[in-house]
Amino acid sequence: MTDPISRDDVAHVARLACLSLTDQELEAFTGQLADILSHATDLEALDLTGVEPTSHPLPLVNVLRPDVPGEPVDRDEVLAAAPSVEDHQFRVPPALGDNA
Amino acid sequence: MSALELAAAIRSGERSAVDVLEEHLAVIDAREDEIHAFNLVMVEQARREAADVDARLAAGEELGPLAGVPVALKDNMCTRGVPTTCSSKILAGWKPPYDATVVQRLAAAGAVIIGKTNMDEFAMGGSTENSAFGPTRNPLDTSRVPGGSSGGSAAAVAAGFAPLSLGSDTGGSIRQPAALCGLVGVKPTYGRVSRYGLVAFASSLDQIGPFAATVADAALLLEVISGHDPLDSTSIAEPAPGLLSVLDQGVEGLRIGILDELSGHGVEGISPDVLARLDAAVEALTAAGATVERASVPATVYGLSAYYVIAPAEASSNLSRYDGVRFGPRTDGATTNEMMMATRTEGFGDEVKRRIMLGTYALSAGYYDAYYGKSQKVRTLILKDFAEAYEKFDLLISPTAPTTAFPLGDKTEDPMQMYLQDVCTIPSNLAGHPAMSVPFGVGDDGLPVGVQILAPAMGEATMFRAAAVLEKSGGAQ
Repeated sequence: MTDPISRDDVAHVARLACLSLTDQELEAFTGQLADILSHATDLEALDLTGVEPTSHPLPLVNVLRPDVPGEPVDRDEVLAAAPSVEDHQFRVPPALGDNA
Repeated sequence: MSALELAAAIRSGERSAVDVLEEHLAVIDAREDEIHAFNLVMVEQARREAADVDARLAAGEELGPLAGVPVALKDNMCTRGVPTTCSSKILAGWKPPYDATVVQRLAAAGAVIIGKTNMDEFAMGGSTENSAFGPTRNPLDTSRVPGGSSGGSAAAVAAGFAPLSLGSDTGGSIRQPAALCGLVGVKPTYGRVSRYGLVAFASSLDQIGPFAATVADAALLLEVISGHDPLDSTSIAEPAPGLLSVLDQGVEGLRIGILDELSGHGVEGISPDVLARLDAAVEALTAAGATVERASVPATVYGLSAYYVIAPAEASSNLSRYDGVRFGPRTDGATTNEMMMATRTEGFGDEVKRRIMLGTYALSAGYYDAYYGKSQKVRTLILKDFAEAYEKFDLLISPTAPTTAFPLGDKTEDPMQMYLQDVCTIPSNLAGHPAMSVPFGVGDDGLPVGVQILAPAMGEATMFRAAAVLEKSGGAQ
């Protein structure tokens, strides 16, 4: 089906997932992920032509509640849980510009 | 004393809620150091709640069915103002600004929340060894794991720290620890119990359910937490099922299938002593008047493979929210991106990283069709094969877990071996069907074995009838 997951693949998905790995971790994870994915090769033998995918066990449609105003979650309580706050906003290091 | 008996004694004034709580706190004091079932014992809040129950009863108020009964909560259910960690460093110290719906329903029923229980980080694991705060030990043999991921909730009930607890089950995380700790554990139909305030792992699979020492206690707790919730868009618009009222109806005339693909034929690692207990359960059900035959649900053999693509894929998306911006601790970085990467790298444990990367890979361009697309189609086959089996059978049975409780450290170096613990429990999650584990005797090592009862969607009442028959048959001893 597909080539086994490589060290470069793992380094790539780690970047996509916003994780940084040491060389040692990269090595260990590559072996483990290859092992787990090799288990999924039993799916290769299956003929799945014409089978529709299931993303969810219930036949769900969008649910809308009546538009009745309620009490919102307390803003100060939400902000109190954040690591850094300024003027009722979440504060982060530079995201744009020379330093970002 | 069962939770039902405790509730009755408190309601009649024979016992006070405060005394009942103090008795449980004393058991916790005596053994918690050794077991580590809790991330947090909510001593002061529980004392206030228990005193409140006593005061209201004294004032002649009519209270709910759990009035004064201590209940432990898995630490992935939000409790307003009380730390909710998912046993992860990335949520250390976080205090949710709201209560989960199950917490509100427990409060409305008069329950006393006694604490938040340890778990595999973000519910990823089968032994509770993946907790950032250290493992939980099995109260029946402390050299063994309690199972997972809801191992703390299972250990809390098995050790007598609380008569009831709640866990969450994404691939077996209630049923497998119930089996390993000798308890009743239930995964309800997907959508039966609101997940508002449950920290998400894999949203198309997660479901909250009860742990208890008896079938009736599990029924009581499930009745309290079930039912439609407008705050959860996946909640089924049906009232809570009547379970306590059906427990003595027996299984006379029911058709029960032994799920072939999960009962030894080609299933990796199911131990002979576990299968022997399944045989004993078949005898008990037959003696009680059920017709028991072998049943086939062929696509379940692909359940494990499909699950370990689908669950990590959903997790990789759900866990993208932990970035050090809005909640939890932050690890500094010169830029937002560096800060987020440092926070996630520092905050997540190895198993969570493994699953996030696995899911990211399975969803990435070039691999999506081979892994995620295929797994979703397998899910369709599993639903179809279950539907065919349920044309002939009312219920299916299988082992819950392939073995009894295993020693700590036994599977931590080999993730695939740990995943195989879920082989019998995963198909019900993929199908969204209810399933429960009932203790049914012990294996060669003297440790408990669970039998799993599976039912079609919304089939909880029939499932509980069979569970009550197994319990009453005496085969559990």
